[in-house]
Amino acid sequence: MDTFSPLKAAPLSRRAGTRDTIEVVLNVNGRNHRLAVDPRVTLLDALREHLGLTGSKKGCDQGQCGACTIHVDGRRVLSCLTLVAMVEGKAVTTIEGLAPEEGGLHPMQQAFLDHDAFQCGYCTPGQIMSAVACVREGLATTDDDIREYMSGNLCRCAAYPNIVEAIKQARAEMEEQP
Amino acid sequence: MRPFSYDRAHDLASAIRAASAQVEVQNRAPIQFLAGGTNLLDLMKIDVMRPERLVDINPLEDSLSEIVADGDGLRLGGLARMSTVAHHPDVEKNYPVLSQSLKLAASAQLRNMASLAGNVLQRTRCSYFRDVSWGACNKREPGSGCAAIGGVNRKHAVLGTSPHCIATYPGDFAQALIALDATVEITGPKGERRIPVHELHRLPGDTPHIENTLAAGEIITAFQIPRKAWAKRSLYLKVRDRESYEFAVASAAVALDLADGVVRDVRIALGGVATIPWRAVAAEEVLKGKPLTEDIARSAAEAAFEPARTHGENDFKPELGRNTLVRALLDAAKLEA
Repeated sequence: MDTFSPLKAAPLSRRAGTRDTIEVVLNVNGRNHRLAVDPRVTLLDALREHLGLTGSKKGCDQGQCGACTIHVDGRRVLSCLTLVAMVEGKAVTTIEGLAPEEGGLHPMQQAFLDHDAFQCGYCTPGQIMSAVACVREGLATTDDDIREYMSGNLCRCAAYPNIVEAIKQARAEMEEQP
Repeated sequence: MRPFSYDRAHDLASAIRAASAQVEVQNRAPIQFLAGGTNLLDLMKIDVMRPERLVDINPLEDSLSEIVADGDGLRLGGLARMSTVAHHPDVEKNYPVLSQSLKLAASAQLRNMASLAGNVLQRTRCSYFRDVSWGACNKREPGSGCAAIGGVNRKHAVLGTSPHCIATYPGDFAQALIALDATVEITGPKGERRIPVHELHRLPGDTPHIENTLAAGEIITAFQIPRKAWAKRSLYLKVRDRESYEFAVASAAVALDLADGVVRDVRIALGGVATIPWRAVAAEEVLKGKPLTEDIARSAAEAAFEPARTHGENDFKPELGRNTLVRALLDAAKLEA
């Protein structure tokens, strides 16, 4: 066992004066929002209940189903297992912010429509956010890889074959116009 | 989720100091470090973990998530995310067992969130541990008993069990680290220390609620992996109930140093079958100095599972574990060194 000298400690920072409320500046889809929330509030609940962005869905709320998938600094993560306090200073993108401002759909959204890649639609925002990241990560190369790297998004209607087809269509378009 | 207070750590020392003066041990401690949150927040939502204060160490990401690969080996920061390490070109090429164990774990989203240190310390998936409506769980409530012994235990451990706990260690990456003789770097109130990864986890014994050898306030800052002859000829074989996004029923991390088909040295760690990331020393001893034939691999697997104790629904595990290890060894022997 190697032992080195102890480190000097600096005080921790606390964002608010009380135990029950913290102030967070949340950047979502390019806009800043100032929130005062209980530390228990997840990013998913902040989006849905505080900002009215109900596109991200609460499925299991335990990090198992993928319905709440959003992007933080471009990486796909689960908003139900992220405290809103953890993403201060980071850029959050939800399904509402995926399409270009000037209108029209993102190629992945259009591909899901074209291929009927859903039935009830509840998992769809999470599927689309995950699929966009999957293509950008360069992991959507073969059908098997798409299935593997999309396995964190469950679809109980089992639209899986159509989801794979939709991702392949969008992949081609995204690679032309990243 | 029960109420807690939230603080951000802006340097390692303050994080350590915040968590070091705790009487309750480890997972029952009122102050917990928050990294990826994928295990901790899940367990807080289902009321298994009840911390009063979270110290968010993610602001330390710049200093604690470095990946350095050079001629001596690999150093992986404790806060590096699973996905970053899994797809790192040096890791994929020269330490395949590490990359494979990470890619075969969890989902793409969880791998983007979860830290390496948190992954290694992740808690069991035992249903009785995770469901607080069950009164008996020595891991959750010391002294309350074990509902899995005599209960639904198909996924439970056969190695390293005790009369007090048979919960399986669910991870994969720790086994890969053990197969490569990796070291954990730990910083705590008393300074810095280093231990082999295989000395990090504790057998349940009569204190299954104490799962590792970390003291209050200690943080895993990095893992060091030496670049030895076996690093490239290494692999992770994971057998599970479904093909993706599932925990191991049985797994094997193996690293082989072969010369003309003869085993010069070998490291083996097993998953899905034991209460801790299980280094199979007895199997390693059988293999050393022998040509790696199927018969020798089979003898090694027999030795690995000789101490196995089954509990009814998991009676199948020693055979599955042996077959998994044999296939892992024979597949590793075919790799280029």
